Amino acid sequence: MKTHAQEFSESARQYTADLRHRDWIQQALSGYYAKRDECKSRFQNWAGARELAAEIKREAINHLDRYLDEFASKLEARGTKVFWAPDAQAARDYIVGVARQHRVRSIIKSKSMTAEEIHLNEALEKNGFKVVESDMGEYIVQLRQEPPYHIVFPAMHLTRQQISGLFHDRLGSEPTNNPEDLTMIARHIMRRKYCEADMGISGANFAIAETGMISITENEGNARLTTSLPKVHVALVGIEKVLPKLSDLALFLPMLATAGAGQPITCYNTLYGGPRQPDEPDGPEEFHAVLLDNRRTELLADAEQRDALHCIRCGACLNVCPIFKNVGGHSYGTTYQGPIGSVITPHLRGLQDWKHLSQASSLCGACTETCPVKIDLHHHLLRNRRNAVRGHPGRREKLLQAGFVFMMRRPKLYQFVARAGRRLQPLQRLIRGTIFDPLRAWTQTRSFPSLAKKSFRELWRERRIP
Amino acid sequence: MDIVRVLERLGHTVDYPEAQTCCGQPAFNSGYWDEARAVAERQMTIFRDAEAVVIASGSCGAMVQVFYPELFRHHPREIEARALSAKTFEFSDFLVNQLGVLDVGARFLGRATFHDGCHGLRELGLKKEPRLLLQHVQGLELVEMQEAETCCGFGGTFAVKFPMISTAMGEVKCASIAETGADYVISNDSSCLMQIRGILDRQGKTTKTLHLAEVLART
Repeated sequence: MKTHAQEFSESARQYTADLRHRDWIQQALSGYYAKRDECKSRFQNWAGARELAAEIKREAINHLDRYLDEFASKLEARGTKVFWAPDAQAARDYIVGVARQHRVRSIIKSKSMTAEEIHLNEALEKNGFKVVESDMGEYIVQLRQEPPYHIVFPAMHLTRQQISGLFHDRLGSEPTNNPEDLTMIARHIMRRKYCEADMGISGANFAIAETGMISITENEGNARLTTSLPKVHVALVGIEKVLPKLSDLALFLPMLATAGAGQPITCYNTLYGGPRQPDEPDGPEEFHAVLLDNRRTELLADAEQRDALHCIRCGACLNVCPIFKNVGGHSYGTTYQGPIGSVITPHLRGLQDWKHLSQASSLCGACTETCPVKIDLHHHLLRNRRNAVRGHPGRREKLLQAGFVFMMRRPKLYQFVARAGRRLQPLQRLIRGTIFDPLRAWTQTRSFPSLAKKSFRELWRERRIP
Repeated sequence: MDIVRVLERLGHTVDYPEAQTCCGQPAFNSGYWDEARAVAERQMTIFRDAEAVVIASGSCGAMVQVFYPELFRHHPREIEARALSAKTFEFSDFLVNQLGVLDVGARFLGRATFHDGCHGLRELGLKKEPRLLLQHVQGLELVEMQEAETCCGFGGTFAVKFPMISTAMGEVKCASIAETGADYVISNDSSCLMQIRGILDRQGKTTKTLHLAEVLART
């Protein structure tokens, strides 16, 4: 069986060679950059807003125990059933149990990366429950039977033509390149699904401790229908989603919209506080909140990288990441792609199996620069690399590094090796690019500069002693 | 040698301790922090008495200025690491922010675009410094490329561990350089230039790569 690292390298090789993919992603993101910058400029002070957001999240994460208790007890007070899920299995079992108990026939689901994380759809389907994704992008990738390509734009890798072709094949619709027509095709099907569904599953963008409410922000109105039409609503919430106060949303909603999609504010912003209350005309009869740990508390225990729990899943780091843009979202093989995925996946799923994602980075820092909640993303990649070596150094690389230290602590040896390199370089031309070439990884795609005839030290000496 | 020329032209005394080797970044970035520390300790001793240390690369500069303090956190030599960090400067940073010089009296004829090395740009916060210096070079026409701040894909050992990703990133960069129609691409980081030049060469492009110091040394 191939390791995750081998799968990543293979997929990366294919995607990086696909120039159409490269151009398409670049084109798909170009509009985002312009709109994001425009929205940032609407903030009086974007840098200050980032500081404040990071501070609020730091407070929430550093006192997670307190805020989670407050959140849960406020939710319970209005009749919500709260389930604390230590891991993915427990969360899946609970949700499948709720579906069984209600003899559910059809489930509608709005967008939730946390549900992707625990592979909820597979578990439900294995138990005989049919789940339909109601978010347009998620619906498209569900029809294609593939995971989301991007945490915010699940189908960003697909062109209109591809989506039209997919709808034609799977739904029997007439081919069209008009986005509105494509939306109407999905909408037509979706409306029926909302009415049929007896259970709705959602995620949560924020969990407000002060009021015991879940905040969901969306552009299609699908989450509102998903959560309010069926008799039962299950919200799956990662425990890091907590914000202390309702008023924090005044900052976080426009910030998430700006960083995530280049929108001043997302179209629909809804707060869910529990099942239908006696004096309310509508809403679900039952509301379950599943609070998921799934090794988040282990990340919380890591003082160096705890700030990775600040993440509001806006996807901004993916959008600026040159690695993501070249290898594509599917190469990662993880629920969370891009820089944030490379940082947290080793914590959530095992460092040794996922350390390659931390190594597959030029450490350019574009992610850290853009992150609205100021997660020290690219430095965490360095820390993951260090931790991986501490736990399990590679034998070959350990030897190479020992050689590096040996040479760099002996300037005479260093000078000798450098001189030998300059002398021997002409010979390298004979074997360039072949399997005998020690510089093959470089020279297959790039030329190697001819080394200067004289070293800096030699020039320096000549200059001093003419 | 061009850095020495520029600094001496400005009336400073330059010394080059011949026993110096590498800052240790290759080991540090690969996760081998003990090994990186062993190399870094030597440099800390060698440069102990220097008034200021000037580095020709934003990347090596970031290693000393930003990562030495992290590498030596809670280590007996932490104070020394911090002291070296505080007196080390990338070349353009040193000229503009320490010496207050914008015009070094250079002349260079040509159309050029500037590539921001990521370490210089994001770890050290140097964006305007090299540009200010280049704007004062007589005869030089500076044009900005679309992706000036996008990584060239070098990334140290990343370039050979993931050559396909590194090369793809380099190609994006070089396409952006080509769009400007510049004859020269200038940077304050030699490793980025090696990557850019490696790809431009393979593509048969004639755009030349130059280190900032090479331009500033011309009169």
